[in-house]
Amino acid sequence: MEIMDVVIIGAGAVGTAIARELSKYELNVLVVDKNEDVGGDASKSNSGIIHTGYDATPGTLESRLVVAANPMYDKLARELDVPFTRCGAILTAVSQEEYELLPELFRKSHENGVYDVEMLTAEQAKSLEPQISPEVKGGIYIPREGIIDPFTLVVAYAENAAMNGVKFMLSTKVIDIHLEDGRVSRVVTDIGEILTRFVINAAGLYTDEIAKMVNQCDFTVHPRKGQFYIMEKDIPYNIEKILLPVPTKHSKGKLASPTVHGNMLIGPTAEDLEDKEDYAVTAEGLEEIIESVRRLLPAASPKDSITQYCGLRPTKTPEGYKIEASEEVQGYIGVTGVRSTGVTASASIAGYVVDILADEGLELKPKVSFEPYRIGITKFNELSWKEKDELIRQNPFYGHVVCRCETVTEGQIIEAIQRPIGARSLDAIKRRLRPGTGRCQGGFCSPRIVEILARELNVPAETITKHRKGSEILTGPNRLGV
Amino acid sequence: MFETNYDVVIIGAGPAGLAAAIEAKKVGTQKVLIVERDHALGGILQQCIHPGFGLHIFNEELTGPEYAYRFIGQIKPLGIDVLLNTMVLDIHSDDKRLYAVNRERGVCNIGYKSLVLAMGCRERTRGAIAIPGTRPAGIFTAGTAQRYINMQGYMVGREFVILGSGDIGMIMARRLTLEGAKVKAVVEIMPYLTGLTRNKVQCLDDFDIPLFLKHTITDIKGKNRVEKVTVAQVDDNLCPIKGTEWDIDCDTLLLSVGLIPENELSKKAQVKLDPITLGPIVKQRMETSIKNIYACGNVLHVNDLADNVTVESQIAGMYAGLNALGKEFKPRKVTECIPGEYIRYIVPQKLEVTEDRQDISLYFRVKEPARNVTLEISSKGETIARARRQKINPGEMEKMKIKADAIDKLGDELIVSVAEVKS
Repeated sequence: MEIMDVVIIGAGAVGTAIARELSKYELNVLVVDKNEDVGGDASKSNSGIIHTGYDATPGTLESRLVVAANPMYDKLARELDVPFTRCGAILTAVSQEEYELLPELFRKSHENGVYDVEMLTAEQAKSLEPQISPEVKGGIYIPREGIIDPFTLVVAYAENAAMNGVKFMLSTKVIDIHLEDGRVSRVVTDIGEILTRFVINAAGLYTDEIAKMVNQCDFTVHPRKGQFYIMEKDIPYNIEKILLPVPTKHSKGKLASPTVHGNMLIGPTAEDLEDKEDYAVTAEGLEEIIESVRRLLPAASPKDSITQYCGLRPTKTPEGYKIEASEEVQGYIGVTGVRSTGVTASASIAGYVVDILADEGLELKPKVSFEPYRIGITKFNELSWKEKDELIRQNPFYGHVVCRCETVTEGQIIEAIQRPIGARSLDAIKRRLRPGTGRCQGGFCSPRIVEILARELNVPAETITKHRKGSEILTGPNRLGV
Repeated sequence: MFETNYDVVIIGAGPAGLAAAIEAKKVGTQKVLIVERDHALGGILQQCIHPGFGLHIFNEELTGPEYAYRFIGQIKPLGIDVLLNTMVLDIHSDDKRLYAVNRERGVCNIGYKSLVLAMGCRERTRGAIAIPGTRPAGIFTAGTAQRYINMQGYMVGREFVILGSGDIGMIMARRLTLEGAKVKAVVEIMPYLTGLTRNKVQCLDDFDIPLFLKHTITDIKGKNRVEKVTVAQVDDNLCPIKGTEWDIDCDTLLLSVGLIPENELSKKAQVKLDPITLGPIVKQRMETSIKNIYACGNVLHVNDLADNVTVESQIAGMYAGLNALGKEFKPRKVTECIPGEYIRYIVPQKLEVTEDRQDISLYFRVKEPARNVTLEISSKGETIARARRQKINPGEMEKMKIKADAIDKLGDELIVSVAEVKS
């Protein structure tokens, strides 16, 4: 039986970033995740903001890693072909109380090593972002705050890792971790056992459950729910800059952010929960978002919303990033306390974890054949008419537009299914290509995508799921049969 | 790139596009083309296998496919060209060309003298009405479920709740029952039916399916698949009333909460849209704000009957054809149609008084149900037309005619109103 050098538990942003970093070396690396697709839990419902770390708690590991990660994204997005824009953010003070807090936040930004922030007068804030509330008293401009497509980022980390030799076992749940002489030796899953020298716990919301398997759990993790509205693309109050609220004693406030695809995002709430699968949007939460975000963006209206969703931030008690090798269990590395900043910090956490592995005795021999570039799925919509025409002549599947709202072709969907980390469900296709994210929310395209998935995977259409087993779209043939 | 030119190009082969194409050809144009995204002609009628079509224009009751075939059967004999499996991606109204793609020809660059927009509508979604709860499998718009069942041969669930008393929802309630599924409730937020009364009788009452007016769904539960929905009564402001909630176990929720004209392409062509209908603003010949571009059917405003779509589209097709042949109608005056109290919208939104005088039909919807009323069209304080109605209903479109000889009486505005509301 093959012995892995490293098993990474969790295929979210952090797990896949570590996998990609490790794929630069001659190692046997395996990523295991209980979900059908990568980026299945916290990462899929992230805001997509690439933070600078200006507001982190100075001196913490989170501050250090977020601040370090931000500048990495220009190169990373280019290498991995991920949509990324440094749109900049305005910390927006709309009350006297908030205005008076600005100097302190400005100073805190400097303490975090983020020196390229600028104090703004009300007039300057308005000219930077004309949609900003007329009540604005002033603000701080944070030019390097950016936005990324978080789904594509995770898929890209994973695909690039896979291209460079990392193996993935999805739909595989880790049940136990066995030790031998005080050292990790076997990862037990619901479909079999894996021998390994190192185990990295990057299980996000479930890091506590994995840590318990090696008796290294001196913390708890609970979900902090964040609900969001996604708005239609052609609203008259679209913004170009992220509008951030000034946190006060009474409220953390809600933000409004552009996305790389043109749909504004507003939210999130922050609700502490027990249930790690409570992905329910609530009427109260949605109301709170609108009320709060209107202070920054008065035109925001729920009637312009295209959909609503929520994400669960892994919230550790005690709070704070804790990324370290266990002193008691050799070969076990916990990546815990990574919360909503995890998508941003994934870029630097990866390098930080590789250093820990080296310290723990993992030999790092650079892989000569490492290929840092990943070319994403064909961007049909961005091609010229001539290029579209040529593409269709080479492969007629690109001439069949399956999703009208986002202009997605059958050729692209087949690509998504056939790539290294192939899409297996409607949601997996949606995250890679966006059919179902437009105004019709999949009404037109989903029956067609179900048929394409069934055909390409050579399975009955009734087995095609929305996101995992149990979420099948169809319940069987009708009375006449198919 | 495949380049071609036509006199009249029609986008969409549903009831609107088919009727428009036939009329455009019949007025004597040489080259007429229908561009359709689906693999067959007929549009949404293909999946409407229930009867109820054609009562008004054919005086008989047909199914959707039968109704569609009355038109499809004429396409080939008339020499109308068709591009199937072809999606129009852009319209350049300045140089009168459109761009479309299909598998066989790649990018098609098609020139037109007249263009008819007949793209139909799409369904409002859960996201548009922000129903709280989880996002499991088992939530469908009624039309999507109809496609799965009637065209692809699948079932989408076993126990259903339907939100919205729109026509497709009620028709699907019956269809699902006939397929052996259990429809536990149809829930409507308004105090009245939003679809046709005849559909309530034939699809709900005859099958003992309960209808809850003034109720809505306040929560969806289930992690993988829908497990239950919470139903609550609403107050006069349509807000759920606390304490009135109850859960219904079901594995599927169908939404029939309205249709929205599909005008992304119209916007690309810079056609002006009406903020109420969400369709193009048209004059009585169905010409939009952009010269040479016409619109008809559900892309213009959502109709309840395919028969109405046919009549309206025949007008659009005829004038699109005449326009392609070079016929011009010089307006002496333009009259704006203003919805009065109780009227939500009017189509056409503008009338042109020209040398050529024809009867003009106005289609409109009322805002609230009422009984024993008189509908009135007036201009410059003078009554142009009146009609009595035993009852009016937002779910049923109203139609009134302005006689050709009354057109000269029109001023800059005409008002449609509900007069003499008798108790």
